[in-house]
Amino acid sequence: MPRFVCRCMDVTEEEVIELIRDGVRDIQLLKRLTRVGTGPCQGKACLEILVKILARETGLTPDEVGLITLRQPVDPVRIGTLAGEVHEEEC
Amino acid sequence: MKRSAEVVIVGGGISGLTIAYHLAKMGHTDVVVVERRYLGYGATGRCGGGIRQQWSTEENIVLARESVRMWERLEEELGYPIYYRQGGYLVTATTEEEVRDIKRNIKLQNSLGVPSRWMEADEIKEEWPWINTDFVIGGSFCPTDGKVMPPRVVWAYARKLREMGVRIYDFTEVRGVKVEEGKIRGVITDKGEIETGILVNAAGAWSREIARMVGVELPNTPYRHEIAVTEPLKYFLEPMVINFRYGIYFTQTWPRTEIVGGIGNPEEKPGYNMRASPGFLNMYTKVLIRFMPCLRHVKIERQWAGLYDVTPDARPILGDVDGYDRFIQAHGYSGHGLMISPMVGKLIAELIVDGKTSLPIDSLNLRRFEEGKVIREANVVG
Ligand SMILES: Cc1cc2nc3c(=O)[nH]c(=O)nc-3n(C[C@H](O)[C@H](O)[C@H](O)COP(=O)(O)OP(=O)(O)OC[C@H]3O[C@@H](n4cnc5c(N)ncnc54)[C@H](O)[C@@H]3O)c2cc1C
Ligand code: FES
Repeated sequence: MPRFVCRCMDVTEEEVIELIRDGVRDIQLLKRLTRVGTGPCQGKACLEILVKILARETGLTPDEVGLITLRQPVDPVRIGTLAGEVHEEEC
Repeated sequence: MKRSAEVVIVGGGISGLTIAYHLAKMGHTDVVVVERRYLGYGATGRCGGGIRQQWSTEENIVLARESVRMWERLEEELGYPIYYRQGGYLVTATTEEEVRDIKRNIKLQNSLGVPSRWMEADEIKEEWPWINTDFVIGGSFCPTDGKVMPPRVVWAYARKLREMGVRIYDFTEVRGVKVEEGKIRGVITDKGEIETGILVNAAGAWSREIARMVGVELPNTPYRHEIAVTEPLKYFLEPMVINFRYGIYFTQTWPRTEIVGGIGNPEEKPGYNMRASPGFLNMYTKVLIRFMPCLRHVKIERQWAGLYDVTPDARPILGDVDGYDRFIQAHGYSGHGLMISPMVGKLIAELIVDGKTSLPIDSLNLRRFEEGKVIREANVVG
């Protein structure tokens, strides 16, 4: 069984470690390459683990690793609602 | 850090990385790429990943066409997955005026070997039933257009460059340029100086700052462009769907399968603001559901922004600067730098190594703005 870092986006620990060992030392680049932390929970369930792995593998402190940018909308919103629709329309 | 190099490239975006790659491929590996933040921090890591040949000016069509031939082989050449897919672009029309423009462009594109073709609304409906053909009255489709996952492309080049012996200094900022009588002598970074005789300005929306260090004024202007992705869905939206009148583009990402898209904001003021705005989502989704009503049930998960590096004619600035020796420009992509990057990288490397290029790029030189030889690219979205 692979160990998942990010269950929302199906990113395994193996994939993350492989990229770090390949030279990706920046958390933003790591996020963009794997989409780790960008799923429906917006990293709530995985960011802490990710930072720990990066710190362990690179020898940086968790503070030096930093965090990924938190993106709006933090909780996903329906497109219809964002477009200002009041009624649910069928399609 | 190296103290000297044959070529120094400022900017670790797609422009700088591709030029470095082609230099190395031509045997010139004494090349340094300097990036202020992480690779892909600029527009490249934030962009939509679309690759389109359906342009309105000959230079863009040819650059894109040649680039597509290179995109087709790039994954194999770099030895790393970049998730390139040729699912086509559908350029939609909602008015008769757009129909005329699109049909004229198809003629030009076909004459240059790009296989775009007109589709009536009922044909579109048959092919992609979820597109609202009460609104879309037709469009042009080019099956060899496509998309790619931009951060993967960045990393694919970075790995290859390392293998080929090119140095990449990330988290290193260029703060000054040494120039003597129009000749480049070196760059000053926050980590030390690098002597060089050839400087490539590939700093994207920040290229103006680099040019000023040399004493050259550029006409480029940075504009924020916003973009958003939905939750992942079953994969169904293969082509990139765009419309020039509304400035909208959207497709489904591969392999992550979110709907990604954006829209241009005519009210946007020039500047370096890269924050996402709440107004954008309202503007984008309103138009999006006119094109594809069933998306109203899908949730937007993330939005972000990047900068378009816009020139007065929406075409890139490529090549030497008159009065300076070996100060090479490769920026001003005005929102479509990723797609044409393979061919541009090759041509700029040829210019540096051979002093001439296999395709003419004179009409894209900085001097066009002084000479007034400006033809505007009309087919811009986002
Ligand atoms: C929202 C959005 C969607 C887009 N969609 C598409 C698309 O679908 N298809 C497409 O082809 N294009 C698209 N584009 C445009 C495309 O992203 C750009 O044209 C392209 O990435 C530009 O690459 P670049 O290397 O010139 O610039 P950048 O990627 O911006 O790279 C420039 C780099 O220079 C660095 N730099 C700046 N100053 C210094 C300094 N002093 N010292 C060291 N480094 C410095 C920056 O940090 C930056 O990383 C989109 C752009 C945006 C914003
Ligand atoms: S677990 Fe990673 S985003 Fe939800």
